[in-house]
Amino acid sequence: MMFVPGNNPGMMADAHIYGPDSIMLDLEDSVTMAEKDAARLLVHNALKSIDYGTTEMVVRINPLNTPYGKKDVEAVVKAGVDVIRMPKTETADEVRELEAEILKVETEIGRVGETRIMAAIYSALGIVNAYEIATASKRMMGIALGAEDYSANLKTNRTPGGAELLLAREQIVVAARAAGIACFDTVYSNLDDMETFRKEVQLIKTLGFDGKSIINPRQIEIVNEVFTPTEKEITKARAVVAAIKEAQAKGSGVISLNGKMVDRPVVIRAERTIALAVAAGVIDKEEML
Amino acid sequence: MRNSKVVSLEEAIKKSGLKDGMTISFHHHFRGGDKVVNLVVDKLAQMGFKDLKLAASSLSDVHKPLIEHIKNGVITGISTSGLRGELADAISHGLLKEPVVFRSHGGRGSAIAGGELKIDVAFLGASACDELGNACGVPRSENGKSICGSLGYALPDARYAKHVVVLTDDLVAYPNLPAGIRGADVESVVVVDSVGDSAKISAGAIRDSKNPRDILLANQAAKVVINSGYFEDGFSIQTGTGGASLAVVKYIREEMINRGIKASFALGGITAHMVKLHEEGLIGKLIDVQSFDKVAAQSIASDPSHVEVSAVEYASGQHLGSATHALDIVILSALEVDTDFNVNVLVGSDGIIRGAIGGHQDTAADSALSIIVCPLLRGRIPCVVPKVTTLITPGKSVDVVVTEYGIAVNPGRPEIAEKLKAACLKLVDIKDLAAKANSIIGTPDPLPFGDKVVGVVMNRDGSVLDKIYNIKG
Amino acid sequence: MVTIGPGEGLQVELQSSVEAQFGRQIRAVITETLEGLGVTDAHVQAIDKGALDCTIRARVTAAAVRATGKDVWKD
Repeated sequence: MMFVPGNNPGMMADAHIYGPDSIMLDLEDSVTMAEKDAARLLVHNALKSIDYGTTEMVVRINPLNTPYGKKDVEAVVKAGVDVIRMPKTETADEVRELEAEILKVETEIGRVGETRIMAAIYSALGIVNAYEIATASKRMMGIALGAEDYSANLKTNRTPGGAELLLAREQIVVAARAAGIACFDTVYSNLDDMETFRKEVQLIKTLGFDGKSIINPRQIEIVNEVFTPTEKEITKARAVVAAIKEAQAKGSGVISLNGKMVDRPVVIRAERTIALAVAAGVIDKEEML
Repeated sequence: MRNSKVVSLEEAIKKSGLKDGMTISFHHHFRGGDKVVNLVVDKLAQMGFKDLKLAASSLSDVHKPLIEHIKNGVITGISTSGLRGELADAISHGLLKEPVVFRSHGGRGSAIAGGELKIDVAFLGASACDELGNACGVPRSENGKSICGSLGYALPDARYAKHVVVLTDDLVAYPNLPAGIRGADVESVVVVDSVGDSAKISAGAIRDSKNPRDILLANQAAKVVINSGYFEDGFSIQTGTGGASLAVVKYIREEMINRGIKASFALGGITAHMVKLHEEGLIGKLIDVQSFDKVAAQSIASDPSHVEVSAVEYASGQHLGSATHALDIVILSALEVDTDFNVNVLVGSDGIIRGAIGGHQDTAADSALSIIVCPLLRGRIPCVVPKVTTLITPGKSVDVVVTEYGIAVNPGRPEIAEKLKAACLKLVDIKDLAAKANSIIGTPDPLPFGDKVVGVVMNRDGSVLDKIYNIKG
Repeated sequence: MVTIGPGEGLQVELQSSVEAQFGRQIRAVITETLEGLGVTDAHVQAIDKGALDCTIRARVTAAAVRATGKDVWKD
């Protein structure tokens, strides 16, 4: 997920050419108060006019308790946004409040139920409530961590190793998995240190995250490299998928590979490996159909 | 010294037999730092010459004083590879009565060698020259004031002009050898304060681009090179300057190291990046017609595997021994590419001349694989269009076009498309790229061209490719 | 950059880096946007460096909202 400031029309026009899975146009932190109205209109018109192809479009709105939040919801729902990212989420009630706001606008334009919600958690209270937040609405598609505010809230600092974020990260992954939704890690803002960035991406992949938030197209390649399965993993996954097909052809419920029975988790992992490989463009989609 | 050829500029001009209506020539190795053209033409104007034809290897922003000389009738004709800045703007609006004749570097070399372009007096700047006229583009004494490296574009002038004047800012003791310009070809030597500002020879940013779009384009272009089938031990390559081209070199370098392969030579305008690969042992020889920065200029001064070649040896279409005929891969830029793969690198999409043919025609035609790297859009200006404003390089010599919205392969090269597809690169029809540009920015209104021909674009074989009309407004 | 001041009828003063190719279309977008907002009398000054139509539409709307004090969104 690539963050793009909502007051930068140039970047909004071509963010998708770098191939992020989703783009988050930001109306919150990257826009000053004096520019909130202009940025809202820029984002609204960009969403309506620019062909982003299959890229998932997310807008981070201002909190509903500010003078901007509700106008943001109206502007982006009317422009047909895929996902609204809610900042500073601390309780399930806040999610339900947003849901009601979205429904109001959707009803007005006759497009009910299309807009999904992602909640970004910035505080200790939010982390404690992660599961309730993740299950607060049917519209909920994912939860994410906002590390700067969170570590300040913990009264600590960010470190390259990220020890201060460990519990929050694990809690977010566990809550997302329990709720059956996606989870995304926080941004890494030092563009001159790609090695630490790579380590962080490796860490969050191991923790189970579905993706990483990024602030610059140059970070995409590293995320893709880390998340793209290796040739060995793909070969293994292909063998498992072939075994599934063979079992299906035989009408057998038991899948076996090299004489051994294949367990359900192995099948799930193989399918995820193939999906990641297709997403990364290292294998052809048609080839796997 | 006995037989010294050193004289003042005025004496050199008088001795040359220059008359009104004749052709004078210059090289552009100092690019934006050139001081010779303005110095000499000012002197010629002062001496009362009129109706002179100026045959430069290229002209740039720094040559805007020529506008006055054109208005006063001192200069009445120009041939060059390119024009930029105010001079280009004025000419695009119809300043000059005769159309400017645009030739590629190889085309100019051929035209001089073949007698189509006759030069009466060549005025050639050099960083070091002895009293008999042996001259080069690198300093040869501690008094050296300038450096431009290769003098490749000046060598045909030195050899074929009827009369040759070398201007230098460092007169050194005979023998200044080895030297690209040989004393035997030189009639006069003139000592001047400065032939050029070496700080301005850099064509563009030498630093690595951090522009994400440049990086994306470079990454894609490198993947095309690597998977094209031509990337194998002993291959040869030429790239331009500019952010994307330089970044391509960086990616290719990594892959050369990974695979343990080396290039036999790099050609053309040589940059610091190419010098680095050469010094690392990844490139055998550097064949240098023009040094694009100071690092390259210094390298040619000291490294015997870094060789100066003339424009004829570099890129002549008529001489089969020219280096472009041995070139595997060339990476080029474009102002516009059209759906027939024709390229324009000379006239902006506002109808104003703002570029140079350079070696574009030559390298695209002779290389085994030509790759054009250009963004689909520059702001609201489309770079992939239904028809180029001006035809510079015919589509039949263009193989691959790399944009941020996908890679288009010329249908005439299906084998390359197959190889790139196998490497999972995203191939698109060039017509879809043009349609994509149109859907984003809308259809531009036609440009307000007049009916006066202000430029003629020559093909490298001496035929006329296209005409440039004056722009109104 | 777009600024809107009082005027009679719609007067558009445009300075654009792509005047020759897109000046006509940019003027049309500015006029349409203002008409869509019910603005019929205004003097518009626009400096454009090759922005897309959607950006021009947003900038003109923002300038109109600021000039009239009437927002396009509900409160």
